[in-house]
Amino acid sequence: MSKNPRWIVYLLIFIVLLFIPRILSIHDLMLFEYGITFAIVGLGFNLLLGYTGLLSFGHGAYFAAGAYTVAMIGKYFPQAYSLEILIPAALFFSMVLSIIFGFVCVRHTKIFFSILALSLSMLLFALLFKLYHITGGSDGLRVPLPNLFGMSFKGIRRPEFLSGTYYYFLLGMFTVSFLVMKGIVGSPFGKALQAIRDNEVRAELIGIRVRRYRLYAFVISGMFVGLGGALWTFVNGHVTADLSHWVFSGEIVYMTLLGGFGIFEGPIIGAMIFTYLKLYAMGNTQYWMFVIGGTLIVLVLLLPNGVAGAFSTLWSKIKKSD
Amino acid sequence: MLTIDNLKKYFGFVKAVDHVNLEIKEGEIVSIIGTNGAGKTTLVNLISGYIKPDSGRILFLDKDITYASPYVRIKLGVGRSFQLIQLFTNSTVLDNVRIALFSKYGMIRRGLLPADRYSTVTDEAIKILDSFSMSEKKNLTPKGLSEGDLKILDIAIAFALKSKLLLLDEPTSGVATNDKFKVMDSIVKAIKKEGISTLIIEHDMDIVSGYSDRVIVMHEGKIMAEGKPDEVMENKEVKATVFGIVS
Repeated sequence: MSKNPRWIVYLLIFIVLLFIPRILSIHDLMLFEYGITFAIVGLGFNLLLGYTGLLSFGHGAYFAAGAYTVAMIGKYFPQAYSLEILIPAALFFSMVLSIIFGFVCVRHTKIFFSILALSLSMLLFALLFKLYHITGGSDGLRVPLPNLFGMSFKGIRRPEFLSGTYYYFLLGMFTVSFLVMKGIVGSPFGKALQAIRDNEVRAELIGIRVRRYRLYAFVISGMFVGLGGALWTFVNGHVTADLSHWVFSGEIVYMTLLGGFGIFEGPIIGAMIFTYLKLYAMGNTQYWMFVIGGTLIVLVLLLPNGVAGAFSTLWSKIKKSD
Repeated sequence: MLTIDNLKKYFGFVKAVDHVNLEIKEGEIVSIIGTNGAGKTTLVNLISGYIKPDSGRILFLDKDITYASPYVRIKLGVGRSFQLIQLFTNSTVLDNVRIALFSKYGMIRRGLLPADRYSTVTDEAIKILDSFSMSEKKNLTPKGLSEGDLKILDIAIAFALKSKLLLLDEPTSGVATNDKFKVMDSIVKAIKKEGISTLIIEHDMDIVSGYSDRVIVMHEGKIMAEGKPDEVMENKEVKATVFGIVS
């Protein structure tokens, strides 16, 4: 494993990431942290899109599941409001939700799957939106700073929290997610998912239970997205029902396409670019949606494999010309 | 090992398989010939569980598998290849076989260690590819293979599942004429070595007479004739309906 130059690059990037809080201003660091949480989301989403061949337009629901788990525990069980409890809880509830929704969705593929996933996420949206007394409705819920292993961050301002302990916690979670997902896609299980993606009929006929494995992929994917959602809440400080809206699910799809779903690292790169692109577009013009939409058209026409795909093609061309 | 008893499948008014009786012994290579629409592929689909019959029975190794799911049949040892090749197009040749082996050994639930760590499976996959003379191509994807190699890989996958009965739907269709015998040689060599029973659907008479122990002629869903290749080909009725020769 260590002989592979790829792992040396990963290690170098990790070392650079350790020093990010010293390099970036607090504003840019916050953006970077948004990017990291979306990178975890992208990793999870791509297990379904890139490796199993299912395009979900409803993954906002699992993001919301993770985010609301945190916010609701904060509101109703403040004594349990500590990261080491919140993260497993968020994983648990996003797992439960994705088992229920996934069970329905994996009975179908292609557009039918996408629309089902979308409708179910909108169902959750409606619940979060209407159950005002519990969920805060359109006002959402505030997310205070959590404890961590008995450490309290009371009296500390959010930016300080984010640039200190939390950044490293986030980096740790991202690293674990990255390694776990890397393990999954290269394992026999991951190969089985890719087999299903490539040829469902054949996969069935070598004895893979296609629906069951699609559900496994769906649930793992939902849990990663839920984890991303939970980690995101502390950066954002606030959750609203919009997280389960299809527009937000669309953004998850968008960043994965932007980075390139055919490449393992694609969604991570996509998540980073998208975070900065959206903010700077929003900061500079009220027509920011136009910028995002325009980028999508350029992407589809010129870079069907996303940014990471374009780089990898370029790289193999350079290697060939040597 | 395979007994088909009075099997029937109609599609509306079309009598695809019309009360067919058939027996395949262990290690036997049987070819089915017949005109288009004679019911050959339907018969294979019934045996592999892809479609369910209207009536009749299918016994495999003394078990009734008439209405068993394809999954159950695969686990029992009924493997098949397809007329239109079905492969994992974005995986390497090695992975195509390896996935089948992982599935066979119930290892596809293992989700954290890289597939390469399971070296016994990799070695076995290479051995299988070797027996089909395909091991030099193990790192190519199916996109880089010739039609003949694709057919062989398709069968190698069925082979990896340790099938006891192989159903080959036109193993040489789409293969260049001068490659056909090469493809069949390598398939039949591997089959004979393992003593696997085989049912082949084939159009090419040279291949039928060259490789099969027994030939079955189907016409309009019924078995019209049956016997050694040269006997069957001398049958007048067969000559008239299948080859269009009137003497």
